[in-house]
Parts: sequence; C-alpha cells; structure tokens
Amino acid sequence: MSTSIAVRGLSFSYPGGHQALDGVDLTIEAGERVAIFGPNGAGKTTLVLHLNGIHMPADGVVTVGGLPLDEKSVMEIRRRVGMVFQDPDDQLFMPTVRQDVAFGPANFGVAGDELDQRVVSALTAVGMEHAIDRAPHHLSLGERRRVAVATVLASQPEILVLDEPSSNLDPASRRELATILAELDVTVVMVTHDLPYALELCERSIILDSGRVVADAPTRELLGNEALLTAHRLELPFGFDLRTV
Amino acid sequence: MSGGHAHALHVHGHSSVHKLPGHLKVAGLLLFVAAVVATPARALWAFGLYAIGLGVVAGLAGIPARFIGKRMLIEVPFLLFALLLPFVGEAPYTSFAGIRISEAGLLAAWTILAKASCGVVASILLAATTEIPEILAGMNRLRVPAAIVAIAGFMVRYLEVISDEMGRMRVAMAARGYEPKMFWQIKALATSAGALFIRSYERGERVYLAMVARGFQGTMPTTDDSPAAAIDIARALAIPALAGIVAVLALVGAR
Repeated sequence: MSTSIAVRGLSFSYPGGHQALDGVDLTIEAGERVAIFGPNGAGKTTLVLHLNGIHMPADGVVTVGGLPLDEKSVMEIRRRVGMVFQDPDDQLFMPTVRQDVAFGPANFGVAGDELDQRVVSALTAVGMEHAIDRAPHHLSLGERRRVAVATVLASQPEILVLDEPSSNLDPASRRELATILAELDVTVVMVTHDLPYALELCERSIILDSGRVVADAPTRELLGNEALLTAHRLELPFGFDLRTV
Repeated sequence: MSGGHAHALHVHGHSSVHKLPGHLKVAGLLLFVAAVVATPARALWAFGLYAIGLGVVAGLAGIPARFIGKRMLIEVPFLLFALLLPFVGEAPYTSFAGIRISEAGLLAAWTILAKASCGVVASILLAATTEIPEILAGMNRLRVPAAIVAIAGFMVRYLEVISDEMGRMRVAMAARGYEPKMFWQIKALATSAGALFIRSYERGERVYLAMVARGFQGTMPTTDDSPAAAIDIARALAIPALAGIVAVLALVGAR
C-alpha cells in the first residue's frame, strides 16, 4: 500500500489566537476509509481544510500522494483531494446540476466531450443522472448531498474528504449515501459525529481533541472503549450494541 | 412542479420561440427595446406595429394573453405616476369634459404607457420562453462581464435559500409570540434583516471555500460557445429588426 495522506507536526492557530491544531501526526494509506471523531471545536474541520490546501500548513507538513502541499502544488492537491462540505447549499452554487458538476473538472482544464462524460459518469455514480438539468434548490437534501459528492467525483480525486456526510439526512437517504460511498474506489476521510455510520463505512477511526490526535485504532475497537469515548464527549446512540452489529 | 427547474415567469413549452438559443433572444430583446425607445411618441402607427409583433411572438410561443396580462401588473405603479402627468403638466393646455389638461403631460403619459408596456411585454416573453440558466449563458455569450453573470447566477441560486432562511426566522419569531404587522413594529423586521445579512455573508464565505476547494482561481469556467445557426439568428432577430426599421421610418416621418 502506498501512502495517500501524511500529516507531520501540523499546528494551526486562527488569527484570534485560538490554537485549533496542536502538532497533528497522521498517516492514511491509499484505499483506506478513516473516520475522524471529536467533540465540537476539536479541530476536525480545520484539519480537513488543510488536506485540500484551503488552509496552508503554518507549522508542519502535509503530503498528498507524495506531493508536499505548498503554493506551487496546491492546484494539483485540490484535484487529488475532493472536499464535500457539510451544507450542500454551500457546495452547489451553480444554476444547474450539470454546471455545478462540471465546475471542478473545468477549473482543472477538462473540456469538451470529456467534460460532458465526466459529468454524466459522476452523476451516474451517485444515482442522480436524471437530475442533470435541474436546479439544485429543487432537489431534496439527500439528493443535494449526493450531487455534492458527484461535484467532487467529477474531478476524479484520489481522496474523498467528507464533513458530516450523514447530518440531517432521513434514514433512507443516510443509507443510500452509505451504499454509494461504500462502492467508491477512493481513499475516504470522513468527519462525523455519527459513530454507527463510521462503523459501517470506515475500518479505522481517529479521535481528535484540543487539536491533537488522542486515539487511532480500528473503528470497532475504538468504539468498544467506553472510557475513551466518554473522555472525549463521544457516545454511542441509546440501545446501540456493538456485539450485535 | 414537474419539470423541477421552472421559475414562476416561465411557461413550459417546445415552441420554435422556446427552442431559440438564449443569447439570440436576449440580443433580440435589447434590439427591440432600443427600437421602441427611439420611436417618437407621436408615431402611433409604429406602436401599433410593435404590439402586433409582440402578439405574433406570443402566439408562436403559445403564451396565453391572461398570463401576460397578469405579469404586466408590475408596471402599474409607474403607470399611476404617468396618469398624473396630464393634470400637473405645463402649457399649452386643452380641456376635456371641463378639466384642464396639459398637452405635454398627456404626451409624456402616453410615452410612458406605450414604451413601458412594449418593454415589459417583450421581457415577459423572454422570461416565459427561456430558462434562467439559458438567459445567464446567453449573457455570457453576449460578452456581459463574467463577474456580473456570476453575480446574477448566484442571486438566482441563493434567492430561495435566503428566502427560506427568512421564512424560518419569521416562524421562530411568531413561535415566541411576536408577529410584526404594523409599521411601528418594523424594528424587529429590521433586526432580522440585519441577522439575515450576516448569515448570507457567512454563507458567501463558505460558498467561496467550496469553490476554491474545487480549483476556483478567480474566473468562472467558460461554457459552450458553438456558433448559432443562421436560421436561428434570422428567426430570433426578424421581429426586432423589423421594429428597428419601423423606428427609423417613424423617426424620418417625424422630421
């Protein structure tokens, strides 16, 4: 297995002085599916914004597929790392689904027939090809989140980063999205509070708290450690029993 | 909404007018409006011809007169203003049923009525036969600055998102027993407008992050630029071009 993402000694503080990341070390192999847990304000979103070069490492190193993140490599890294944001209304900003899905690859220089094919195959991968000429605001939240995944898939990323993919979805939409994500042949990094979702989709999980990685283990093992979960304000839902899953 | 992509001003259809490329229709509208504006107000026959031209387009596109009539209500406030002009205008005066009427004011009122109505009906026909994304793509092809097209696109995209947010804020106020209806209760509305502005501003920042994450570097990707067929150009510009000729004849006749 080759290394997909390597983060070394990454620290970041916001202009107000809040230390969001405090020496994060993390290695993710190609093809792995990794969940990131942590209480609100732990630095999860700040960490994933570094994986895509939205935040540049002030202190430390981020490497994607062997390429260190810097001003010169940032465009290539943005192509390799697809970010799916939490609110699809932030992600889908073009008048039609087709234009939105084409936005990424067009920025990365894809044009003409290949661009059309990319759009169709990305939408097919999420089961939304029928909505290609619709306006995003006429889709349901579940449909919009699937289209948001397609907008990223169209750039053919090696790594998919999802911020709270299951939040606010009804149970059927949540399951449909899981089916789609499970079938994708990419490295997945998923920030979530939905622990059962992580168990279903990710074999490995890390816990981030106060800007540090405090646990890194197979998801089942990590979720079985009640003391660890409690210490970081994490809880399995009522009635959820790991032994029966 | 079966199409799922219709807007309130759009009438779904497959007529020859619907099928014309968006940029030609936008250009046609501009040309037509320019012709109308240039026409001297006293050339009544010219306005008659413009009305016939608009009627032909509406007929071809299958847009019901009722639909156009309803949408024309938007010009009512302007027309109310125009109706005052004959009574407050300057000399020379004439009288009608014992009321003193300013000739210049009467002419000004007619000008507003005729020209505004032609422009409004032409715009209604454009909106009724063209989807918003097509209008935006048309503006792009007509070399309207990309930033303006992008702003118009964002406005269309986020209008509903923001009005939904406003709706939720009103429900939240009403749920706590406050439903501002009277003018002196406007302070609460102003406060919520401020909150809405902040929320929209923050959304703008998040949208920008999402754009940057997908490789945005300051310019929107260009869309299809294949040249329009000559037959489409002829169809789209036929009536605006005739209107142009009518305007020239009317101008010459007025000398």
